Amino acid sequence: MTAISNIEEKPVVKPVASGHASGDKRFKILEVHMKKHQFKHDALIEVLHKAQELFGYLEDDLLLFISSKLKLPPSRVYGVATFYHFFTLKPKGEHTCVVCMGTACYVKGADKLIEAVQDKLKIKAGETTADNKVSLLTARCIGACGIAPAVVYDGAVTPRQTPESTLEQINKWGQA
Amino acid sequence: MTLNDLSQIKETELFARKKIVLRCCMAAGCMSSNSQGVKEQLEKAVIDAGLQNEIEVRGVGCMKLCCEGPLVQADPQESLFIKVTPESAPSIIASLNGGKPDVNQSDPHAAFFAKQLSIVLANSGVVDPERIESYITADGYRALHEVLTENTPKETIEIMVNSGLRGRGGAGFPTGLKWGTVAKSPGTKKYVICNADEGDPGAFMDRSVLESDPHSVLEGMAIAAYAVGADQGFIYVRAEYPLAISRLQIAIKQAKIMGLLGSGIFETPFHFNVDLRIGAGAFVCGEETALMMSVEGKRGTPRPRPPFPAESGLFDCPTLLNNVETFANVPAIYRNGAEWFAGIGTERSKGTKVFALAGKIKNTGLIEVPMGTPLRTIVEEMGGGAPDGGKIKAVQTGGPSGGCIPAQHLDTPVDYESLGKLGSIMGSGGMIVMDDSTRMVDVARFFMEFCMDESCGKCIPCRTGTVQMHNLLDKILKRKATARDLAKLEDLCDMVRNTSLCGLGQTAPNPTMSTLRFFRNEYEELLQPDTLGTDRNAS
Repeated sequence: MTAISNIEEKPVVKPVASGHASGDKRFKILEVHMKKHQFKHDALIEVLHKAQELFGYLEDDLLLFISSKLKLPPSRVYGVATFYHFFTLKPKGEHTCVVCMGTACYVKGADKLIEAVQDKLKIKAGETTADNKVSLLTARCIGACGIAPAVVYDGAVTPRQTPESTLEQINKWGQA
Repeated sequence: MTLNDLSQIKETELFARKKIVLRCCMAAGCMSSNSQGVKEQLEKAVIDAGLQNEIEVRGVGCMKLCCEGPLVQADPQESLFIKVTPESAPSIIASLNGGKPDVNQSDPHAAFFAKQLSIVLANSGVVDPERIESYITADGYRALHEVLTENTPKETIEIMVNSGLRGRGGAGFPTGLKWGTVAKSPGTKKYVICNADEGDPGAFMDRSVLESDPHSVLEGMAIAAYAVGADQGFIYVRAEYPLAISRLQIAIKQAKIMGLLGSGIFETPFHFNVDLRIGAGAFVCGEETALMMSVEGKRGTPRPRPPFPAESGLFDCPTLLNNVETFANVPAIYRNGAEWFAGIGTERSKGTKVFALAGKIKNTGLIEVPMGTPLRTIVEEMGGGAPDGGKIKAVQTGGPSGGCIPAQHLDTPVDYESLGKLGSIMGSGGMIVMDDSTRMVDVARFFMEFCMDESCGKCIPCRTGTVQMHNLLDKILKRKATARDLAKLEDLCDMVRNTSLCGLGQTAPNPTMSTLRFFRNEYEELLQPDTLGTDRNAS
């Protein structure tokens, strides 16, 4: 996170004051987003989506910020953030490799793709390599069953993968 | 906006239409094979050939034969180009004047296409999903106009009842009856929700409908809202479908600008707004009460029914909740009449059903067939059978809540009752074909693992039952189980099915039970000799 640069500011943030004590601009963007939803409680999931989009993951400080702005108990915010698979409380690696594990991909050998990557990177699905380079994730079903097995490399859905083609992509990242 | 305006838009569009239309599939499947690049190169090739007054390159929704993507079809020549690359664009343009294209072609009249009957997918692959004018040209929003100006809400519901449409989310509840219940529920504030949380692995019908024809869903929702007396709608769509989300956002914006959503639609007192709610990856949110919790920004855990959402749903108001495909059927029903719709399908299952055909089959993609079509027609004629000389072993319908239908039952007609009799369900429409290389116990474990991970944890039978069943299946697969374990598994299936709170738990044992019913030998082959009699001291 950004270092506390403007330390002379009062450390106590009033609920109406905008932004975050750290002065990180992204908090302000997030607050504008909450305002768009009129700080309504039912917008919590929308707000968490935006927060994850801005920060990459949801750390405690960020969840507390959301909880104070939406005037929701931290337990509620934390409860929702941990309930849904889409939200992550840990930072992701530089690259993400999401292997679709839907039924169509599974019967066409998606489990072999996972195994190949796991063996190569020595990590399990859901983990990130020690050098923070690659995160291996699985998806429930990305709805690309017509082109199974599908893998999403850094957001790009790629059709008809084999263990070889998957490792090739991983190797490319390793060299970059 | 008036009827006149609609007609004018249609006329302008038709007048501007060029002699040849090149339809380029822009749904997620083909996009992942670079159909965006194909479209750009086709546009460039048209300009290079100086034919911009004769050829229109149009981005359209899903063209159904996903396995051969990217797809491009030329009208009126009816040439269907498959696996198109950006480099082959100039040769395609040249071929329209008689040359030979540098790319493979498929027969647009092959069984895969010829056996389909499109109602929900009528516009898919034809209209440009990002232009409302394109939908209006296909007579879009006319049904809404007719309903608002000529029918009372009561008459509107009557038409729906007469059409015989049943919910396409899986359970098959009569749509007209549901609309009637919401309409009758007291309350001034009511909601309409579209369930686009297509969580079944192996199903992509709803994604395709949203990506290909978002306006038909909006129009269907507006008609439903008028019938039940709602003024606010929500579409709950999965975060895993970014393209569907962006197309919906565009569609809602365009409809608002045109006055087809918002206040005073078609100069009547009816007003209706639609907002998107993005899911966050929880399968249980496809269950209606859990979905509503999620729309309210809470953890998506289900609650007991009654009260049913039709009486007390979102924010404790009466709420109508239908699936994407159900809503997409609505405009066509009001355009063509209830009798027309009721004339399609079987006695108790009316209309058509969209299936996502995938797995070990030659032609994967989207199909829409009349209810009652035999599975064999779908799998063998349309799907082309198993690839590489394999033999079809079973067809899985209904995802983690459904079952496996073995090859000997392929003559079963596809309707709600027939599939139910075989221990499977219609489900939302995922159809995964398995060949003889698929091990059924493995499939059962796969689905049980899914249900175990996706159990929300609220009720104990589902939370712990799925874990225990998964462990037992795992034990069987590792060849460590005995007949006693199998008996325990069957007991658990029965218990979880009868005591779970919501549909997820109640149906979680289905894949295991149906594979046990039809492929019991595969389980028994893996069992170890039962040592109960001889080695009792060991346990």
